[in-house]
Amino acid sequence: MSALAASVGTPSTAGAPLIVGLVALPMAAALAAVLLRRRAASAAVLLSAPILVGLAFAAAAMVLSTGSPIECVLGAWKPPLGIVLRADGLGTAMMVVTATIASAVALFAAATERRGAAMRGTAPGSSLNDAGATPGPADPPPGDHSGGPAEAGGEADGGGERQPDAAPERASATFWVLLASVWGALNLTFIANDLFTLFVALELLTFAAVPLVCLAGTPPALRAALRYLLLAMAGSMLYLLGVALVYGSLGALDLSLIAELIAPGTDSAPRGVLLLALVLATTGMLVKTALVPLHAWLPPAHAGAPPQASALLSALVVKGSWFVILRLWLTLGEVPGGRTVAFALAALGAVAILFGSATALRQRSLKLLVAWSTVAQIGYLFVAFPALVAAAAPTLATEALRGGMLQAISHAFAKAAMFLAAGLLVERAGRDRIDALGGAFRRMPIIFAAFAIGGLSLMGLPPSGGFWAKWLLLQATIGVGAWWLALTILAGGVLAGAYLLRVLRACGAEAPADLGADRAVVAAPAAAIAPDRLRTAIVLGLALVSMFLGFAAMVPAERCGVRRLLRSEPITQLDRPIEVLPPPSTPHGAAEAAP
Amino acid sequence: MIPALERAVELAIGAMLVGLALWSVLVRPRFASIVGFVVFGLLLMLAWMRLGAPDVAMTEGAIGSGLAGFLLLSAAARLRCSEIRRARIGAGEPQRARDRSPRRSSIVALGVGCAAVAAALAAAVAALPHPAPSLAPAALERLPELGIGNPVSGVLIGFRALDTLVEKIVLVVALVGVWGLAAEASWRRAPSVDPSPEIEPIRFLARALPPVGIVLAIYLLWRGATEPGGAFPAGAILAAMAVLVLAAGLGRLPPTAARSLRLAICAGPLVFLGVGGLGMGVARGFLDYPAGFEVLSIKLIEVLLTGSVAVVLLLLVAGPPEEAASANGMRRPEPPL
Repeated sequence: MSALAASVGTPSTAGAPLIVGLVALPMAAALAAVLLRRRAASAAVLLSAPILVGLAFAAAAMVLSTGSPIECVLGAWKPPLGIVLRADGLGTAMMVVTATIASAVALFAAATERRGAAMRGTAPGSSLNDAGATPGPADPPPGDHSGGPAEAGGEADGGGERQPDAAPERASATFWVLLASVWGALNLTFIANDLFTLFVALELLTFAAVPLVCLAGTPPALRAALRYLLLAMAGSMLYLLGVALVYGSLGALDLSLIAELIAPGTDSAPRGVLLLALVLATTGMLVKTALVPLHAWLPPAHAGAPPQASALLSALVVKGSWFVILRLWLTLGEVPGGRTVAFALAALGAVAILFGSATALRQRSLKLLVAWSTVAQIGYLFVAFPALVAAAAPTLATEALRGGMLQAISHAFAKAAMFLAAGLLVERAGRDRIDALGGAFRRMPIIFAAFAIGGLSLMGLPPSGGFWAKWLLLQATIGVGAWWLALTILAGGVLAGAYLLRVLRACGAEAPADLGADRAVVAAPAAAIAPDRLRTAIVLGLALVSMFLGFAAMVPAERCGVRRLLRSEPITQLDRPIEVLPPPSTPHGAAEAAP
Repeated sequence: MIPALERAVELAIGAMLVGLALWSVLVRPRFASIVGFVVFGLLLMLAWMRLGAPDVAMTEGAIGSGLAGFLLLSAAARLRCSEIRRARIGAGEPQRARDRSPRRSSIVALGVGCAAVAAALAAAVAALPHPAPSLAPAALERLPELGIGNPVSGVLIGFRALDTLVEKIVLVVALVGVWGLAAEASWRRAPSVDPSPEIEPIRFLARALPPVGIVLAIYLLWRGATEPGGAFPAGAILAAMAVLVLAAGLGRLPPTAARSLRLAICAGPLVFLGVGGLGMGVARGFLDYPAGFEVLSIKLIEVLLTGSVAVVLLLLVAGPPEEAASANGMRRPEPPL
């Protein structure tokens, strides 16, 4: 602790166990979930969830109180040879968000499984203590035992002491491994300070996210997953080419070291190569982030995925690769030509906002509508990039960074709530059609409210987190003189209002002939109607957080809480060139009068 | 060798690599394309050897040519089988399948994009500083601290151990994803490797090669501390031997639910993670090895990792477990030639 007190301002290593735990624990949980039996596997992940939430909040509190990032040198090998994990304000904020949403999704999934077990006729009590051995009356006879080679060695090894459960066993066993892997991969993405470690983390993220898409196992879901896999692999390859070019020109992979090597005044670095590397790596990550026109994989991926998988994908997984782009641009964004590329990114973001919203407006399926809304909201994450690299205006860059982060975080909460809510609405309606939602307002008022509250954040209405994000983004875009971007942000809000209103009006309508409801009743007599308090509470909680974030962001605007949470090395890296350089003659930067 | 001759050989390898890459992309018959890809991998091995990277060459040979080639061949055989079946069912189905193949415009766009990236890369590589900045001297300098002599192993298991650890977890997660593709009724069953159509020569090879392969793998693992080699190439060779035995129908895999199988899959990464965590208490930090026990810890991790890599690669090649019926059903009508 004395070491901590002595090193205020410089990176502290006192919190190293915290951030190692944040990476190692979910990975250990994933491996344990592979090893353990089904109920023990979900228990391993569910038990590690509160620990991870605690670690994430502790790390965030430490960064916030000391004002300096936590560093952990791995194996006593410092960069350039070794790797340093570095949890700054940006990383810890994202880890807190990940921990909260992933735990909520885990609880939701556990509740869904319990209900599923109850519906199949197993008593919910017995499903808790790993005694699901009694197959319910509805269970299909286990596959043919007539002569398959499979049964040869399985009985002794634990495969056979329990009859294969009904349908969801494969999906469930896979899901818990994937959830823990996504969690660990995201945490590593948020605190990796090394280009290659970021690559490895993104690989883990992709390989955990792709099977999430095809958990349902239907042919369309498999096709969507294959498309996602192929595009994501192409993206990985482009990113790796970029990394190779950076290493080839600088001989370093550590981001802080790279920032030092290319600081103004050092003219050894081949800037053209670095620009190409930045463009290649960014393009690769854009594929995984699904920015228009590389979004083709995202809507079909959500259409067939279970709600908890959709929530993870839309709220968190696409933010992982976006965060890598952010890190890249905070480090390399000021290479000559970077501004032009940043404007191109912002233009793509603007197209995404308009195109995604307009397409969402035309959807007939609820899940697809929410998925296309994700395509639109991803656009917002990029509109502030020109301001981010406006070296002449550090306050503008800070606004852009805060706006982008707040957009990522509030969209994560809002979209997690909306996908889970959509899942519950669709489950009850019996089919994924917006015009089949009639009566949902009366039958599920709280879920309806949660969906609407999440929608407020997407529209950018005060006091939601989305409002403050869009407000900051507006300021950042106007600051660089890009009025067309500001107008797009406003138009996107109106379009979001339009497509959400469609859903809300459909929910408010009277149930049309109760076709869907009838089918649901036939499929699940008692359990489907039974109160579903836990899942309802989770969805509502997530939606309320997306709303409450607005207040959280409002206070720090004066008291500097979020500013301080976000302020850390990346911004000082942004600041540094300004001290060295005389204000360059960029017309946009001059327009911003720094208060 | 005479420098001019060396240069000529390098140019020839480079030209053939480009030619083979184009061949395997452009040629229409699937089998020819796959053969092109396998030969491409073998030539790439030569290229890596010329670049002085025998570790990469070995992995490229085992994974890029060997296992990936086998996987592609069995995929091609299955595609052919399903095409034949579809042709028997009726003419309507192939029509729909053709509709799903990529449009000419997107193929052209993809080609232009690839050409642009290749041209930009060529320009960038020419602009890179010469001699290239490198961390190799730094790695060599600190290698004695790990007690091993092979700088590649030093980077993989020492300086950048975190990357290696996460990559191994990626392998396990990929396997879970592949198993997730199984049908609900069969996902706990045993996966199987497609039997080879030319069973007799494969049977011969499957009896003759594995003893050599196993000895080679152990040698690579053992010498990996000082010479090129190590856990991954050794694991890949073991996996290739096992694939050979299974393709000859001389063995069977246990079901995916088998506890011993899952233990073998997870043992390497788990022990790696455990030893790494231990470092926080008894060494200088996470993923550091306790002083005096560096070599022992590294050996322990490498041996277990070799086993896990071999099992995971083998199971990735075998794919998701399938219905017992399809194993002797019409799956492979004739050799793909």
